[in-house]
Amino acid sequence: MKTETKAVDIDRNKGNFSYDVAHAYDAGIGLTEKTIHYISDIKEDPDWVREFRLKGLKTFLEKPLPTHWASKDLEAIDFDKIRYYLSGGVQPKRNWEDVPDDVKRTFERLGIPEQERKFLAGVEAQFDSEAVYSNIKKAVGEQGVIFVGSTEGLKNHPEIFRKWFGKVIPIGDNKFSALNSAVFSGGSFIYVPPGVKVKHPLQAYFRINAENFGQFERTLIICDEGSELTYMEGCTAPKFNTATLHSAVVELVALKGAKLQYITVQNWSSNVFNLVTKRGIAHEDAQVKWIDCNIGSRLTMKYPGVIMKGRKARGEVLSIALANDGQHQDTGAKMIHAADETTSNIISKSISIGKGRATYRGLVHVPKHLKNCKNNTECDALLINSTSRTDTYPAITVRGTGNAVQHEASVSQVSAEQIFYMQQRGLSEAQAMSLSVNGFVNDLVRQFPMEYSVELKRLIELEMEGSVG
Amino acid sequence: METESILSGPKDFLDFPDWFRDQQHEAWKEFQSLPAPTRKDQLWRFSSVDLLDLSPFKPAGELSEEDRQNVLKYSRGLDEVAGRMIFANGQLIERDVISEQLKKRGVIFQPLERAMVEHADLFRKHFMSQPAVLGSAKFAALHKAFVSSGTFLFVPRGVEIELPIEIFHWLRHDNMAIFPHLLLVADELAKVTVIEHFASCDKEAPGFACGVNDLISGPGAKITYVCAQTWGENVRALQMNTTTVDHDASAMSLNLHLGGKYSRFESLSRLMGEGARSDLLAVAVATNDQEFDARTLQDHVSPHTASDLLYKNALDDRARCTFGGLIRVEPHAHFTDAYQKVRNLLLSDDSEANSMPGLEILADNVRCTHGATSGQVNEDELFYLRTRGIPVKVAQRLIVTGFLNEVIRRLDHASIGSYLHDLIETKFA
Repeated sequence: MKTETKAVDIDRNKGNFSYDVAHAYDAGIGLTEKTIHYISDIKEDPDWVREFRLKGLKTFLEKPLPTHWASKDLEAIDFDKIRYYLSGGVQPKRNWEDVPDDVKRTFERLGIPEQERKFLAGVEAQFDSEAVYSNIKKAVGEQGVIFVGSTEGLKNHPEIFRKWFGKVIPIGDNKFSALNSAVFSGGSFIYVPPGVKVKHPLQAYFRINAENFGQFERTLIICDEGSELTYMEGCTAPKFNTATLHSAVVELVALKGAKLQYITVQNWSSNVFNLVTKRGIAHEDAQVKWIDCNIGSRLTMKYPGVIMKGRKARGEVLSIALANDGQHQDTGAKMIHAADETTSNIISKSISIGKGRATYRGLVHVPKHLKNCKNNTECDALLINSTSRTDTYPAITVRGTGNAVQHEASVSQVSAEQIFYMQQRGLSEAQAMSLSVNGFVNDLVRQFPMEYSVELKRLIELEMEGSVG
Repeated sequence: METESILSGPKDFLDFPDWFRDQQHEAWKEFQSLPAPTRKDQLWRFSSVDLLDLSPFKPAGELSEEDRQNVLKYSRGLDEVAGRMIFANGQLIERDVISEQLKKRGVIFQPLERAMVEHADLFRKHFMSQPAVLGSAKFAALHKAFVSSGTFLFVPRGVEIELPIEIFHWLRHDNMAIFPHLLLVADELAKVTVIEHFASCDKEAPGFACGVNDLISGPGAKITYVCAQTWGENVRALQMNTTTVDHDASAMSLNLHLGGKYSRFESLSRLMGEGARSDLLAVAVATNDQEFDARTLQDHVSPHTASDLLYKNALDDRARCTFGGLIRVEPHAHFTDAYQKVRNLLLSDDSEANSMPGLEILADNVRCTHGATSGQVNEDELFYLRTRGIPVKVAQRLIVTGFLNEVIRRLDHASIGSYLHDLIETKFA
């Protein structure tokens, strides 16, 4: 056991602990129709959800692993040895005091309630399969903003939920979205009414505590006309001996003129397979912006996308990936232009340390007869050690004469001159390296909310420790 | 007698040595066992694989005397060349021998079938020695099984051939299949330039060309390879080129694609020794329903190597262009300097450009960049030319040729440059 520290940031070691938690509900090991019925029974799913889950299972079993283009490491996931549902109950608590002590300990150690008091408009905390705590500030709730878990969302707000659920990311989008559709549990459901601008971010915190466990949260966020929202999610898990699976589906809908920003700081322990499908639809004049930061996990495969469906819609992905020994950050972005005058921007920065591998995969699609669509893609990769690896695989399709697309990528190493300069000013080689790397991502990090950018810088410094010399 | 499709297998070429015929049998088996490509293969993504139905195509047959004369008449390339070979339907029609002096210095310029007998060691060492890694392993096997002739060019140590060597490949009659081959070996410090012309006698005749080139640039050597492809409008073509560049050597290639219904071009450039440099250039003008599919790999095997790729496409009507390129820096290939740029100019609403510029870097201390752009003719430039009294059509053509000429200028070869320029102009006319 490590000694307790009072650090405010969430670093890798800080998340590396687990408590024995007795789960009241456990769907057992392996995945069959019985698992689905077990989950549906506990959650008292309406029939259409149960059918949706069964269809998801069928699709999941039919689809092959995408190893013809993706990492062969996927084959290391043993779907028969995973526990698909674990919870202490389906009703999240509104009061921090009501959260069971053993779970509360976990989140208090991660500093969640503290952060809520500090700057968040609402918080949800998910422990294994279900949200254990969900709270939204009174003032925000009074504006009509709904912020609940997905289970509660589909039960209490079916009229909004059903209209969009599974529409942005269909069951069969890929093998892992199908898996999520079958066993999803937890995640957030958010609805922001027309014209409401939520000043402070809403936050969700995802924690895996159990070994051999798969977390499959499902998030659906709808920003009605002219509304604005920033949503942040953080993830941690302890480091067990066996691999853990996290496979989320996140659907965003920004209706006319809405602005939706989704921030992820992913710091799963380095044995988690993080296979996530994230996509947003931006209607006329709307904006969807993904800020995606991947620092943890063994293998992350995540390509946040935006479908720009209405005129003048805008999609943006800002991505930072840090791949250390034993890690493969396979991240990227998808931009589907489906209306005139839509613009998209992708900026991706990756850092590979030690034997780490960072991959960028991108897709930009501009169909014909669209006018004045613009895409800009920049991906920069930084290699720290001679064993580090980086790949870039974009795919860009452009039809017609009215559009402009540009893609640029560069790969470089930290310049020896820079390091030398800093060293002769008294910095150690490691400090100099860390400073260089922070400089490399600085223009992106600045776009994060302050608390996150501070945390991110600390994380990068920690990851850089011992990578040189 | 009706000739059978190439899919029923090759006939024996009796004048080939046994070892080569064995290789051909093996290759045919390999062709049969390998699966046909599908769009799901990353290396065939966006490619219209359904256009590769080979069943109508037959091994090319004998030519009449009149055809031979016509082929000779129309084989007009550069004004001055050091040597020339003309093939039609896979058979050698004419070979203009290299000057006596070059011959004395050991330059070998022979049809393939002779070289495999007279220079078996050289031939066996280099003939298709690199695996086809860019998706067309099946078609490389087909080529090997069917290849009947081709060019063998060996330039010995220190020999510099100033004038270009010229090779023509013609397709005559409907539904013929040909398998062009060039085996070029430039020994240490040698220097040579080769231009290959691919053309059809009949503008509308369907045909199939499946070519492989082995281009070897020995230590300190310098090779320049140019391809001018003007197939007829119903030709399906696959070309697989492998360039290996030894230490301190350089290789430059320029591929001009103007003809064909579907033309796929794979270019593998392997930088094997320190100080090696490879320049990969290509220009495509795609109109009507044409499809050009280019796949490239800049494979940096050794440290201190450089490569630079520039591909430009101009697309009109319903044409499609696909570019899939990869810069791969192998472990330990530090101090690599690699560049890759593809630019598409879309001239119509129905044209489509797909770009997949890729990087795989397994070493550090490298400088690798790539860029891909797709856009259209700049309205300001067009307006400027129009204010000078130039009609829209002409102005547009000027801008497009200017855009493409940047690539041809990189070749830095006056006579070949103006020849290629004329071909582009002819296509626009």
